[in-house]
Amino acid sequence: MKEEIVSKVLEGDSRAIARMITLVENHSKEASSLMKEIHRYTGSAHIIGVTGVMGSGKSTLIAELTRLYRKNGKKVGIIAIDPTSPFSGGALLGDRVRMTELILDKEVFIRSMGTRGMLGGLAGAVYDVVEILDASGKDVILVETVGVGQAEVDIIKIADTTVVVIVPGLGDSVQTMKAGVMEIADIYVVNKADHPGIDQTVMEIENLVELSSNPNTPIIKTIAKTGEGVSDLLEAISQHQKYLETEGELEEKRKIRYEAELIEIIRNHLLDMIYDESIVKQRIDTIVDRILSKETDPYTAAEEILGRILK
Amino acid sequence: MSRKIRVLIAKPGLDGHDRGAKVVARALRDAGMEVIYTGLHQTPEMIVETAVQEDVDVIGLSLLSGAHMTLFTDVISLLKEKGMEDVIVVGGGIIPDEDIPKLKKIGVAEIFGPGTLVEDIVSFIEKHVKREDR
Repeated sequence: MKEEIVSKVLEGDSRAIARMITLVENHSKEASSLMKEIHRYTGSAHIIGVTGVMGSGKSTLIAELTRLYRKNGKKVGIIAIDPTSPFSGGALLGDRVRMTELILDKEVFIRSMGTRGMLGGLAGAVYDVVEILDASGKDVILVETVGVGQAEVDIIKIADTTVVVIVPGLGDSVQTMKAGVMEIADIYVVNKADHPGIDQTVMEIENLVELSSNPNTPIIKTIAKTGEGVSDLLEAISQHQKYLETEGELEEKRKIRYEAELIEIIRNHLLDMIYDESIVKQRIDTIVDRILSKETDPYTAAEEILGRILK
Repeated sequence: MSRKIRVLIAKPGLDGHDRGAKVVARALRDAGMEVIYTGLHQTPEMIVETAVQEDVDVIGLSLLSGAHMTLFTDVISLLKEKGMEDVIVVGGGIIPDEDIPKLKKIGVAEIFGPGTLVEDIVSFIEKHVKREDR
């Protein structure tokens, strides 16, 4: 069973890829042994992160980019992340609506993911899903973050190339000076270039880039809906890829990813241990009550719980 | 960690009435499920390929065009072709009572017509999806 899934994933079989993703998303028992098998087959895909506010056109842009990559004969994997409800645990994953015409292309694999409690704009199992798609022979993997605000920057821990999508009309120039999302771009896209205010927005990004540590960061104007400017974006992405490869930066990016993945795995193991620990499970309510009544405090309670698990 | 029920809500065929589909999608989301919504005018091939890639437990088909016999039959036979008989197929929209037994015979698990309570759809899905880890 295990060998079969792995060999089918390596062949690029959609069903096996999809099943393996479900296993890692659900933290099922087989997941870690499967992941151990595929790691050595990874490393050849170019991972592109696409982030930006909600409604900025990320999905449409990804659909257009994919169309161009397919014209060049590249195999494409898409991971489209939408938020999981903190209340119900459910999610409405609707990015496929913009990707309809890619569905029947055998060399395109699209997976929608809910964040399932992860902050930072990504989904919990996204590191694993990137590895699975990479091992399955995709040349390009596009990761679409949730619609971000200002501080969700975790995409840089995964992507070789990070594309930040901006649209006109989101506020004054101070917005572009803020920390966070506006610092992570390898490429800026100003989408909806047919909307009013486009020149102002481009100028503000130009000012931002000029004063930054990387004044050569490209700014691309696009109209994702019609495909205008998307080939310029494709060109900018491949320039960036060449730069990473020739300057030895790719290895640095990959190190960042593996470190983040490692910490994520350890974190998940620890959390599983905490929730599996029956003593803790029974007592978590009473512990919270004790914090509420000032009998103890959150730090002391956390030390007690960790002490019990790690002893 | 627990496994989540994943549901594909799809609109096959040519009608453009997606209000019902969206109401159901939202209700399932609020019941803690992951709902993949694909938009209008999906062919059976597109629906089944999406179900494969998204590895869903349930497909909900909504249609009001009258072409339900053909489209449901196509979806179910494509699922069989791909070895995905374990996926539960349910339907909704405008479907005449006399067609319901025929649809069930070809493998549609249930039809939820106008007036169905969303709670009933949620509990039907929760009851019929096998909860074991895959």
